[in-house]
Amino acid sequence: MSNPIIDPKNLVYEKSKVLSDNTMHYCPGCSHGTAHRIIAEVIEEMDRQKETVGVAPVGCAVFIYNYLNVDFAEAAHGRAPALATAIKRLNPEKLVFTYQGDGDLAAIGTAETIHACNRGENIAIIFINNGIYGMTGGQMAPTTLEGMVSSTCPNGRDVAIHGHPLKITEMLALLEGTCYVTRQSVHTAASVRKTKRAVRKAFENSLQGKGTSIVEIVSTCNSGWKMTPHQANLWMEENMFPYYPLGDLKDK
Amino acid sequence: MEEVQLMKGNEAVAHAAIRCGSDGYFGYPITPQSEIMETLMAERPWETTGMVVLQAESEVASIYMVFGGAATGKKVLTTSSSPGVSLMQEGISFACGADLPCLLVNVMRGGPGLGTIQPSQSDYFQSVKGGGHGDYKLITLAPASVQEMADFVELGFQLSFKYRIPCMMLSDGVIGQMMEKVVLPPFKPRRTQEELLEQCPWAATGKTEDRERIVITSLDLDPYRMEKKNEERQSRYRLVEATEVRYEEFMCTDADYLIVAFGSAARICQNAVESLRAEGIKVGLLRPITLWPFPGKILAKYAEKVRFMLTVELNAGQMVEDVRLSVNGKVPVYHYGRMGGIVPTPEEVSTAFNKYL
Repeated sequence: MSNPIIDPKNLVYEKSKVLSDNTMHYCPGCSHGTAHRIIAEVIEEMDRQKETVGVAPVGCAVFIYNYLNVDFAEAAHGRAPALATAIKRLNPEKLVFTYQGDGDLAAIGTAETIHACNRGENIAIIFINNGIYGMTGGQMAPTTLEGMVSSTCPNGRDVAIHGHPLKITEMLALLEGTCYVTRQSVHTAASVRKTKRAVRKAFENSLQGKGTSIVEIVSTCNSGWKMTPHQANLWMEENMFPYYPLGDLKDK
Repeated sequence: MEEVQLMKGNEAVAHAAIRCGSDGYFGYPITPQSEIMETLMAERPWETTGMVVLQAESEVASIYMVFGGAATGKKVLTTSSSPGVSLMQEGISFACGADLPCLLVNVMRGGPGLGTIQPSQSDYFQSVKGGGHGDYKLITLAPASVQEMADFVELGFQLSFKYRIPCMMLSDGVIGQMMEKVVLPPFKPRRTQEELLEQCPWAATGKTEDRERIVITSLDLDPYRMEKKNEERQSRYRLVEATEVRYEEFMCTDADYLIVAFGSAARICQNAVESLRAEGIKVGLLRPITLWPFPGKILAKYAEKVRFMLTVELNAGQMVEDVRLSVNGKVPVYHYGRMGGIVPTPEEVSTAFNKYL
């Protein structure tokens, strides 16, 4: 930077070089920005920018490739694990990860997700679970909680009509092909640090050929949830965490 | 000395894919083309050339595996038959929108729906008119022999990489299943990563310091940029139409009548032409090899001298529309077709032809 506001000798923290200078389009309070930053920092700390190929989803994070300064292939809705499968098998030395929301991973892409995990593809899956379709304007997701309001369940999710919220991460942990399955969040400084360790472990696993790693990040979508960022964090703690408890589900 | 072998068209595709240095095959079993993946799995090319062969969980997954591999510049293919190719249409549209080279093979069977496992040519429209959404084209090669099924693997890859347009080899259950003499292409090593980078500077191979990041996507929300992207793609389509038309003429030079047929139907028509010629009727056969780009100009030329044209297809009449567009009303264009997996005999074709004399 040509004219730094902060004297370099006083600098204690700076943005990762793997994050671009583009202004993020995410709503204030959204978890995507923090999750992106974590991934960027891990790639930089692992010095793997040159070897990384990310797979972008459909959903709000479709534009992740505008923010992470690595090569990307943009998948159709739900198909990211199929792309990642081929990218990794054809380029075994690469660090390959997908970044997918709950609609992408747990609804339209369920088959691709389960089979990639079952084959034990050496990829990392970063799974953003905010219980709602953010980009299309707040419709019900497979992970929408019982009673939770969305634009396609305006009276709250009725399990008699819509079925139960899908604990897909628990399902993935059952598969022989997964080596590391964890559920984290990014709403406090401590949780950000934990998630960063989880992402690092997932990336290292895939480079070591240990199988598929899944890092679920229980996230807020305050605009979709119609809450302030602070309210959304509290609501997530009170409602999402009891159904989607944080911690490692599998680490082998 | 070239070794002549006897094998099915499907098997020839598998061997040709290994020999031409393919990097990966992704597929899902479906009749009548399952021998392609079976042959690849039996050959175990991952132990020799390093080619990846993977059975996917669905045709949807296979086409997106192809998308992923192609995004990194790899030479990848998938094969299927009609219902499976229908499932792939989303991914084909995405590959066209991202300008990715790849080879697709459709060993057609009768439809619509689950239809039949018997041969058909009823996916002509799907292949040449854009089966998925958006303005796109597939370079479509129609083999009429086991030899061509072998040869069109490398040709398809070459055309696809040259223009960054996916290539479809539109075969059918007859050509895929029949055994015939074939000379397989010579072994060619897979490209090194250096050769790949030289050939595919657009590929997502990892961001190095000397270049910006590369994003393989079909998305752009800015309508002006999106239109520009489409216009650039359309200009490549015009170039393909101007330079890559392929067709074969059989007894056409002095013809008073023209039969137009592709793939297995063209082989039947060749016999019909021979017997009609023996009766003194001056009929020729024009066989489009590229269904897109369509050999419309040569048909327009023949429209100046023949009395009528007859298309023979294993469908309800699909290519006939392109023949009519090409001759623009100059001569009558008739259609004779069988559906449901029925393959007509040369005698049936002759009888159909004689109706219009």
